[in-house]
Amino acid sequence: MDLSFVILVEVLYGVASLVLISAGLAVVFGMMKVINLAHGEFMMMGGYATITAVGLGVNVFVAMLVIAPLVVGLIGLIVERLVIRHLYGRLVDTMLATWGLSLVFIGLATMIFGNTTTGISTPIPGFAFGGYQVNGYNFFIIIVSIVLVIAMYAVLRGTRAGLIARGTMQRSNMAAALGYSPDRIYMMTFFCGSALSGLAGAVLAPLVGLVPTSGGAYIAKAFITVISGGPSLIAGLVSSATSFGLVSQFFTFAISPVIGEVALLIAAVVLLRTMPQGITGRFFKGKL
Amino acid sequence: MSLNRRELLGGAAALSTAAMLPSAAMAADTIQLGSILDTSGIFDAYGKPMDQAMRLAVKEINDAGGLLGKQVEVAAYDTQSDMALYSQYAQQLTRQDKVDVVHGGILSASREAIRQTMRKTKTLYFYNVQYEGGVCDRNIFVTGVTPAQQVEVLVPYAMKKSGPKVHILAADYNYGQITARWIQKFVEENGGEVVATDFFPLDVADFGSTITKIQQTAPDLVFAPLVGGAHLSFFRQWSAAGMKDKIPLASTTMGVGNEHKVLTPEEGNGIMVAYNYSQELDTPANIAFKEKWQAEYGDTTAIHELAVSTYQGIMLWAAGVQKAGSIERDAVVDALETGISIEGPAGKVTIDPQTHHATVDVHIMEFEGQGMTVIETLPQRAPIDTQAVCDLQANPGDNTQYEIEI
Amino acid sequence: MGRNGSHDVIITLVVSALLIWLLPLMISTYTLTVLVIYGMLGLSLGLIWGFGGILCFGQAAFFGLGAYTYAIAAINIGESTLPMVLAVLVPAVFAALLGAMMFYGRLTDVYLGVITLVVTLILFKFVNSTAGPQYVIGNARLGGFNGIPGFQTLNVPGDPSAYIWGDPYFYVCAIALVAVFLLVTWLLRSSFGRIAVGIRENEVRMGLMGYDIAARKTVLFAIGAAIAGLAGALFANWGEIVTPKLFSLGQSAEIIIWCIVGGLGTRFGPIVGAAGLAYLKFMLGQQSMIDNTLIMGLILVLFVVFLPRGLVPAVASLLNSIFGRTKRKPRPRRMRTARHG
Repeated sequence: MDLSFVILVEVLYGVASLVLISAGLAVVFGMMKVINLAHGEFMMMGGYATITAVGLGVNVFVAMLVIAPLVVGLIGLIVERLVIRHLYGRLVDTMLATWGLSLVFIGLATMIFGNTTTGISTPIPGFAFGGYQVNGYNFFIIIVSIVLVIAMYAVLRGTRAGLIARGTMQRSNMAAALGYSPDRIYMMTFFCGSALSGLAGAVLAPLVGLVPTSGGAYIAKAFITVISGGPSLIAGLVSSATSFGLVSQFFTFAISPVIGEVALLIAAVVLLRTMPQGITGRFFKGKL
Repeated sequence: MSLNRRELLGGAAALSTAAMLPSAAMAADTIQLGSILDTSGIFDAYGKPMDQAMRLAVKEINDAGGLLGKQVEVAAYDTQSDMALYSQYAQQLTRQDKVDVVHGGILSASREAIRQTMRKTKTLYFYNVQYEGGVCDRNIFVTGVTPAQQVEVLVPYAMKKSGPKVHILAADYNYGQITARWIQKFVEENGGEVVATDFFPLDVADFGSTITKIQQTAPDLVFAPLVGGAHLSFFRQWSAAGMKDKIPLASTTMGVGNEHKVLTPEEGNGIMVAYNYSQELDTPANIAFKEKWQAEYGDTTAIHELAVSTYQGIMLWAAGVQKAGSIERDAVVDALETGISIEGPAGKVTIDPQTHHATVDVHIMEFEGQGMTVIETLPQRAPIDTQAVCDLQANPGDNTQYEIEI
Repeated sequence: MGRNGSHDVIITLVVSALLIWLLPLMISTYTLTVLVIYGMLGLSLGLIWGFGGILCFGQAAFFGLGAYTYAIAAINIGESTLPMVLAVLVPAVFAALLGAMMFYGRLTDVYLGVITLVVTLILFKFVNSTAGPQYVIGNARLGGFNGIPGFQTLNVPGDPSAYIWGDPYFYVCAIALVAVFLLVTWLLRSSFGRIAVGIRENEVRMGLMGYDIAARKTVLFAIGAAIAGLAGALFANWGEIVTPKLFSLGQSAEIIIWCIVGGLGTRFGPIVGAAGLAYLKFMLGQQSMIDNTLIMGLILVLFVVFLPRGLVPAVASLLNSIFGRTKRKPRPRRMRTARHG
């Protein structure tokens, strides 16, 4: 009983963390068709932003939930203005550019922070449940992910800005004809995507050993999750994160973490083979 | 086609004469020291301080008048954490720069990528990194510690402090596998029992399930020779789950690249380790070393065990050259094989003639406030693991990396 | 592409003979060898991506597979001829199976990219976790993260003690690259190649014309993998060690970048991109002023902004405008952007 509760928390955490690390990439890729290979480095910078802010005496939650997304969002904005905006509609070139950017960010972070930056401890202590210790911070990550998904849905569905954004992504010339500048909307979308990446990096920062090259660990997983999700942004993100999270955690607990990761990858192959357009190419069609 | 073949043959002939030309006229008035390290890319946490230590050692030698009256010149290459570049720069160092000695290599794979090149070109090679042991080659000297040196002293100490049931979490590669076997051996010799052993490839960063599993096996002690940035997550998640105060941790790798400075004091305090070096060593040699480092680089926080090993490796080589009175490889090897020793920042380091490894002081330490507090010093521990398989005195032509059977 | 086949072949042979003669005067042959090998690897992706429209994120898988096949076979067999053949065949067969799985499943665009990426990651994770003594193929320990050192390197066929290394090995690799290049040229000029380009341009149209698209893509994919496998085997011989890094995501990304930088849709582009960037990396490692990762990243970003079509097309159009030859304008890079639903 105690054990099954602990495992349940871990499984939920597995799903939630997949949602979290994929959200930023999902927005940028799903709405703008830009494969942001610097996504992992955006997360890494979110982590460093948090650590730096906490070091300066900022409350840890403010640092994670406000400062890090803002900082990384602004960096994303600069990157978009300087580089990405020249490359819209050229999928391959954006890949090269963002790969180059990821190397630049790694180099910069190494020069600024070095390799041994002291992290921050989790602000929520672990607690005992029956005979087991549970990581209390997992609940925080689960809650952040749920709130994030709801917020994304609400913004895209319920607000005028969301409507305009969706319209621009579908038919940018129509949106332009109606008086909305696609340029500015792309800019804002990239800002939001980067901010989400920063948020993910910040929230995970207390649980990982943060070094300038940490970003590489996330990009493949996020990429696989987003593409397997298919055309619908939110439904795709949630459904693929859930399937992969469940599969990988099942095998992780049944056998070992390595097998869990391999199971996730094999699940991705099987899934894309049976549903060549991703999950939401088959199910939840036309949903957000 | 005949045209092509003629062109080719002509090219080949032209080349074989041309190849003789370019190698820049050898500067006979300096001694060339080659260095080959990852100072950028994912392994730069290890490589950068090693590079600094190398330059510091050379500067010190030169300030003291050089070796045999000649200045030492550095030819350093950054392999950018790319294995193919190791092979290329090894060729560059041995065939074009024609250096007198090469110090470097970080991962075992990088050492194996360049070791044969060094041997073929008769270039003396120093590998200054803690590794899994077993390399037996007269052309190489290893100044880092090997698993048995650490585990032999750390296991009894850690078990005395905790209890007999041990759970091992090791990095899944050569080093981790071999270290795990040594831990098992010494745990059993000390009357304990290994309840489980888990291996993790170097990119695993999520240890939630592992922490749950450890609670099921309920050991008295967790031995965690985990390696690299991703594995640091274990120590953080362990603490986040509140396990830190329930089951003590010991490690043979944590902190070797200053990883303990990434952990907060609450996360790190109390982890037991055993190394050749700690910044907190309170010896005159170490204090002097830190002062020199401070004067050169302005900040001593980067110093770690591998950097000190590099420094000591260069000093040992220098002592060998002085003793030989020559920079010829065979003369220097003979001189080093007399069991030469130096007083380094980490204590006395002696070359073991039988294995070309180093006999060093091993300190049992605990993390405290992001430093390593020395609990106990065990002087002059021999590399017993490599000694079990390698005897270069009896068998100088040996050229293998043995896998040590326990 | 030229109208006159033999004319093209002669030009290729003369130019490459000149290069093989001149380059060793400037760069050491050991470094040149790896540049040639990378060039071949770049060409393998350039073929299937630039001419077949197959965006493969996992070309490194075939490269690594070739290298590991060679290493394992060489340890077990001891003579290098059969291992070389196996190192070409195994990746080709693997790619044929993988390709059939993907193309008959009508996977396209980024979905294809993800599958190839995932397969590479699976191979990487597998090889990376084989450090234990239980992972043995014949006499060869897989070695996990540390890789496999110490296998028999290339020898004169039939004589295991006559090693080919140093300068002769460079000539072997260079001639292999020229041969592969001519093979690719011939392939592209054949009806198979023209149909492959047709499929890249419009799959539906070619399908309606009655061509079996899945089969043709599978074959092209397998040929690309065979070339990558050959490059892998040559690389194993050159480095005398194989490690799981050959399978890594970084390696795959690097191959893609070579193609983009050199110029996609050309035969020279990927070779030039690969050799150029690898040499740049080699040069960068000799300085220690600024972080090399940073410099490399900046170069790539500047490249894509200011020279988006890649080096070879840009130089070609520059030459054309200077010499005013009224040859056909270089084709702009045609890549379909990802489209959904």
